[in-house]
Parts: sequence; structure tokens; C-alpha cells
Amino acid sequence: MSSPAPTPLIHARGLTKRFGTFTAVDAVDFDVQPGEAFGFLGPNGAGKTSTMRMIGCVSPVTEGTLQVLGRDVATEGSEIRRRLGVVPQADTLDMELTVRENLVIYGRYFDLSYPECRRRTDELLDFVQLTEKADSQVEPLSGGMKRRLTIARSLINEPEMVLLDEPTTGLDPQARHMVWERLYKLKSEGVTLILTTHYMDEAEQLCDRLVVMDHAQIVAEGSPRSLIEEHSSREVLELRFESLRTPDLEGQGRGLIERAEQLPDRVLLYTRDGEALSEALHADGLRPVSQLVRRSSLEDVFLHLTGRRLIE
Amino acid sequence: MSTRATTRSILRVVEHHAFVYRRTWRGTIFSTFLNPVLYLAALGVGLGAFVDQSNPAGIAGVPYATFLAPGILAATAMNNATGESTYPVMAGIRWLKTYVAMVFSPLDPRHVATGQLLWTGARVTVGALVFLAVMVVFGATDVPHALLMLPVAVLTGLAFAAPIQAFSAAQTNDAPFATLFRFVIMPMFIFSGTFFPISQLPDLLQVVAFATPLWHGVNLARGLALGTLDPAMALIDAAYLSVFVVVGLWWSFRTFSARLAE
Repeated sequence: MSSPAPTPLIHARGLTKRFGTFTAVDAVDFDVQPGEAFGFLGPNGAGKTSTMRMIGCVSPVTEGTLQVLGRDVATEGSEIRRRLGVVPQADTLDMELTVRENLVIYGRYFDLSYPECRRRTDELLDFVQLTEKADSQVEPLSGGMKRRLTIARSLINEPEMVLLDEPTTGLDPQARHMVWERLYKLKSEGVTLILTTHYMDEAEQLCDRLVVMDHAQIVAEGSPRSLIEEHSSREVLELRFESLRTPDLEGQGRGLIERAEQLPDRVLLYTRDGEALSEALHADGLRPVSQLVRRSSLEDVFLHLTGRRLIE
Repeated sequence: MSTRATTRSILRVVEHHAFVYRRTWRGTIFSTFLNPVLYLAALGVGLGAFVDQSNPAGIAGVPYATFLAPGILAATAMNNATGESTYPVMAGIRWLKTYVAMVFSPLDPRHVATGQLLWTGARVTVGALVFLAVMVVFGATDVPHALLMLPVAVLTGLAFAAPIQAFSAAQTNDAPFATLFRFVIMPMFIFSGTFFPISQLPDLLQVVAFATPLWHGVNLARGLALGTLDPAMALIDAAYLSVFVVVGLWWSFRTFSARLAE
């Protein structure tokens, strides 16, 4: 028996999207609770964007049930969208308008008055630290600024839930951290965040809970911590050898190797204790060119679940 | 959605176009306002002098410039409507994706398509008003007739805008637009009665010209300008153009939805 949970903001059962004979999303089930940061992690083509577009009520559901904010997406799309914020993967900014005008006109789509649009625009530009660019054209802004502007635009209607499709893809590390920091802030204000990503660090940083998608299906679900505990070892020993051929590790490591993954350029040894394993291998005469002991990450979870890496 | 909410949503789309036009109107002056006047000056006054010399009775009983002006009015409506329904639609859906951003809000693809059509109608109206003012100054018509011709110009523009915006939304790149201009719009401009009566054409081409929406727009505008309108034919002209508007809008609901909400 589950304890009484609040009504989920998203309720999906057997959710399916087909384009002709191609199945983009294959009967997935998930629920998202208010205030959560919920992620879809998976490689390109896993079905993340198609799922997001159905949640955003811009892509009809082929089969299954999907309720967003307690309403049916098939019949109440417009009312649902009124309460959502959307940050799409590709920028959809108005290049002919200034930064400020982009927000003001977008607010009008939600039937806000001009004074209200202008008031919220000032606040949001401040929130995403673009106030000094308010009267600049959009074109010359950096990728990170454009993304922050898109995030600001998605907040103009004070949404209960924001959908972010690959929010930091293509940004440099500094710009990514700036976006993440703004998203934490939103989360701390109680806004529910739904995001897709193929970056495991992003998923680990931002998501309370996530599903791993592969080939249109959900292959695992949980918090980043629990997914790692369930599907990977505590630590990973990464070894590189001089020749690309890895020596036979059979019978070595004194039982410390739980699992091994051979990658093109290195071998990953999953273990409880990386240092102990490293010492054991050294004692057995193994001499790698370089080695690294690290904690298991979602990347390892994905590798284990699918036999492939997130970013090929 | 209630009718009121739908109307409001459509007007939001028009508002967006007007908002952007505040920034971009300068670039449209030449094509919208100057081109048609240049045509009227060069052909109506320049070429017209020769035509009137060899035809003292005039064409349809009036000087060539007077005959020509309503033709240019309708053709200008066609050109302005076509321009507004091709590249801007491609930009909204594929290049800048501003229409994609619209459908994340309460607006849906039908609002986007209808708003786009109304905005084109507004652009055609302004273009026609300026040209009609020039006609009045040239003495090609008077103010009451000019006001009667305005809705004809707008209807002609919409008859092109609706199917062309539907077509534009379905394209994956802008190459087909060059084909459209070269093989559809340009021949219509030349052969659909703008510059000479289609009775001058061989029989078969007369039938083709008669089937083009532009001819019906020209026929209506010219009939009003010269006072030669046949009410029965006028009704057919208006109905024919209206079919293009209605079917074109229905088609754009389909293509806009396929691009923006699939």
C-alpha cells in the first residue's frame, strides 16, 4: 500500500507516440509530483523530446493516458499550456525584436495586459541577469544569454511547471552553470521542473528523480543516488593500457571486480573499493599507463542498462 | 474554446505581426508602395501615350492608364499577399520558429494560420489604400469608386494568401517559392487581364486566364472603376475568389497543424 500522495502534476500510463510506423515513445508509465525536478535521461533518439512535446500539448498522444495538471491533454491542451512554461531545444526567439520586446509580446499570448507584461519582463530580465541587455537585439547575444532569455520567456505566465528540453546542450561550462543555478532557484521557489538531458552530470545536479529512456522505453526509474546504488557498484577503477588490447583480467583482482566494461580506449572495473582493487592488480603485476578511481555515475548506470554510452 | 476566446487568440497572433512590423516596415516600402506606382507611371503614362495614339477611341472606351490602373490594383494585392505568405511563413515555422513558440502558449496552429491570414489582409489593405490614393491623384478614379474597389483588392489578396500560406507551411525549404513566383505569379501578372483584355489571347489561353483568381479580381476592380460591372458576373467573381479563401484557410489549418503540432 502506498501512502496517500498529492495528485500528480503529470500522470502517464501506456503513453505512446507513433509517427507512421515508427514508434518514438512506447507505452511508458510515470508520475510527477508537485515541486519535483523530474528528468528524462537518455541518448539522442530515445524518445525524450517526443514525450516532452506530448506533455506540452503540442503533439497529440497516439495511445495511452496522459493527464497534465489534472487535465486531459487531448481536450484541454490550451488550458494546460496557459499554466506551463516551455524551453524548447532549439531557440525560438524573435530575432527582429529586442530582448525586452521578446518577453512583452510573449506575455500577450497569455492575455496579460501591457503594463503587467512590462512589469514581469523587468523582473524576469533581472532574474536571468539580462537587465543590461534589455534593449539589445537578440541576434548578437551569446548562446547562454539566448538560453537564459528563453527561460525568462517561459516564466512570463508564472507557470506551475516548466518543461526544459536539453536546457544546456551546446553551452560552454560557465554558461551551463549559470543556467543550472537559475533552475535551482526556480526549484527552491516551488516550481516543478521537467527536463530532458543526455548529460549525466546535469541529471545528477538537477533531478530529484529521473527515468532512463532508451529505444522509446523507460528502462529504469529512481533518484540519481538510488539508480547508482541499484545498477552500479560504489566505485569505478578506470584503466588505460599501452596497447589498446586489454590484458586478461580473468581471475585477477582477488574477487574485487564486480563487473568489467571494455570501452574502445579504456577498461572500467566496477568495484566496492577502487584503491584496494588497484593495489591487488598491481601486486599481480598489472601495469596500466594510467588509472583513475572515481565514484559511479549515471553514465555507468546507463552503460550497464543498455550496453551503450550516453554520448557516442 | 469559446468563440470569444478564439477571436482573442487570433488577434494575439495579428498583434505579434504588427509588433514586429513596427521594426521591419521600412524594408517593405518599395515592394508594397513604390513598385505599383512605378508600373502605373511607366506603363500607364509612358506606354499609354502610344496606345492612346493608335487607339483614339481608347480601350474599353477609356484612356489606357484608366484601363490599366484597376488591373495593377488587383495585381498588387496578389503580389503583396504572396510576399507576405511565403518567406515570412517559412521563417515563422522553420527559420526563426516564432510560430513554434506561439503554440507553446494557449495559442494553437489554427489561431496562428488565421492570424497570419488576417495580418496579410491588413498589409494588402494598406498597400491598396496607398495605390487607390495615387489613382485618385492620377485621375484614374474618384474617391467613391476607390472606396468600392478597396474590398475587391483585399478579397483578391486573401484569395492568394490563404492557399499560398498553406503551401508555404508544407515546404521544407524556400526553393519552391522561386518556382511559384516564376511559373504561377509572374504569368498570372502578365496574362490575367492586368495589362490588356484577355480577349486578345488565343481561345485556349483565354480559358486558362479565366480560371485564374487574378482575372476575377481584375474584372471586379475594373468593372467598378469603369462602371461596366455586370452584377451576375460580379457575383461569380466574388464567389470564385471566396472559394480560394475558404479552401485555402482550411488547407492551412492542416499544414500549419502538421508542422507545429505533430
